[in-house]
Amino acid sequence: MSVTTAQSRAGTPAGRARDRRPAPRRPWWRSRGLAGWGYAMPTAVVVAVFFLLPLVMVFWMSLHRWPLLGDPTANFPDDYTRARDNQLFRDSVWFTLKYTAIITVLLSGAALGLALLVQERRRGTGFYRTAFFLPCAVGFASASLLFYGLFSNSIGPLDPMLRKLGVIDEPVAWTGTPNMALFSTIVLVLWRFAGFNMLILLTGLQGIPMEVYEAARVDGASRWATFRHITLPLLRPALALMLTLSVTGSLLAFDQFFILTQGGPDNSTMSMVMVIYREAFVRFDLGAAAALSVVVLAVLIVLNVVQLGVLRRRTRKENG
Amino acid sequence: MRARFGFHGAGASLAILFLFPLLWSGYSSLKGQPGSGQSSGFGVGNYTKMAEYGEGLPTYLFNSVAVSAMTVAGTLVVSGLGGYAFARFSFPGKNLLFLTTLAILMVPYATILIPLYVLLGWLHLQNTLVGLSLVLIMFQLPFAVFMMRNSFEAVPKELEEAALVDGCTTFTALLRVLLHAVRPGLITVGLFAFLTAWNDFFAPLILINDAAKFTLPVATVSMQQRTFGAIDYGALEAGVVVMALQCLVLFLVLQRHYVRGFMSGALRG
Repeated sequence: MSVTTAQSRAGTPAGRARDRRPAPRRPWWRSRGLAGWGYAMPTAVVVAVFFLLPLVMVFWMSLHRWPLLGDPTANFPDDYTRARDNQLFRDSVWFTLKYTAIITVLLSGAALGLALLVQERRRGTGFYRTAFFLPCAVGFASASLLFYGLFSNSIGPLDPMLRKLGVIDEPVAWTGTPNMALFSTIVLVLWRFAGFNMLILLTGLQGIPMEVYEAARVDGASRWATFRHITLPLLRPALALMLTLSVTGSLLAFDQFFILTQGGPDNSTMSMVMVIYREAFVRFDLGAAAALSVVVLAVLIVLNVVQLGVLRRRTRKENG
Repeated sequence: MRARFGFHGAGASLAILFLFPLLWSGYSSLKGQPGSGQSSGFGVGNYTKMAEYGEGLPTYLFNSVAVSAMTVAGTLVVSGLGGYAFARFSFPGKNLLFLTTLAILMVPYATILIPLYVLLGWLHLQNTLVGLSLVLIMFQLPFAVFMMRNSFEAVPKELEEAALVDGCTTFTALLRVLLHAVRPGLITVGLFAFLTAWNDFFAPLILINDAAKFTLPVATVSMQQRTFGAIDYGALEAGVVVMALQCLVLFLVLQRHYVRGFMSGALRG
């Protein structure tokens, strides 16, 4: 159909050039609904088959006893009552929320500090930006393995270094206690994601017009006042994006705990997604895993809607 | 003067902190360790030992390259066509489809992988690299379609009109004129798709069960977790270097595209 549209347009060459400008009300691309669907079709198929269908299936599966092998049978609401009574899952919810809160605060602080440090163009900023961002080019699973070695007592460089400095006398169990395991994971995540979040904030910082800063300087504003009353408010969209990504990413944490701490010690670093994985592929109970997924899904959608709502209200207030 | 000193002092010490783990993994992958592939001194012993693990490095490399290539190609085709449709056409259901595509971002990855595992079984794509690539393409779509729509919108409409007046169909106009104009967008989308496909761990962990079809990250983690007795850390770090090196090089070469794509794609809308 795109052929006929183009031909019919080419058929009236004389009228076109003149008509186009005086009549902008019906732009030429308006009448091509079918062609539009044609181009959008691959997107629509992938989204329908690999996104919408699984989304419906996860609800459907959560209403059934669904073993990894064998036929499913309806058992509502067993999967949900078991989800409620699953102590490991309850602990993981609490742990994941705690982890999310800590990571979000530390990561935002680190990213803001880095972004402010390298926001001006001067000698060296290019190198520093690249250095801070480089860890993000390494895959998260690779980074977790890297730190698994870095925090090991057999080849890890940290023990010898700290011993030389006289800070410690005997090897540190970097993932040996619940608190140390959480601490080590946080170091890994900060290293891997600080640069990424810095880049988000840098984008926001560069969107602030120089004139605003100059006006503030003319008015004699102190550096802190400038930061507090100009930089922070104008940076809000970028900060909001960073917070959203950080909260969502942390609530779904998997790689770092699966690889670096392996959920231990004593299941103290089991994230919600790790419990889902365990139900499905260690205990072969897909129905229970689906019910847990529905719970996590609901929490995240509510969070996202709330965040979007807050964002939209703020934008409207600023525009009006 | 003092401010400049402070700037470089802070910048340089932070840069060292950020670069140290990367440099250390390279160093420790070459360094000898009693009982490992490289028993003393420096050399590639850890790499040769790592290359012989399981099905052998060539198999895992092939799997990773195949999945990455299919994901990049698929993402470019789907999001290129989709971005064109969203930028230049109006059709019923356009906004609904666009918002649904973006909604993929709002739904946690992990929660739909369980049904995807079952779904791929129905489609006879379970435990195949093609099935894995299709799933990775889907996860790539919100960013890719958004990015490509913005790229097409940035191209002046006159360019396309001129091509249409010259007798192009919308499709040949896309191929001959527009593709060239949106090339930076395509490079960015391709780069992100490659980095995701090459590095992703959770999707291949769930969707692939056959050790001969493992991608590099899954194979290396299984080397870490399924080894009985002492873990060979030297070989492990060699695996990390094999996985990370080309990503680092690729990023350094295409940094401009990465950052530009980031700035035009991520924060608008």
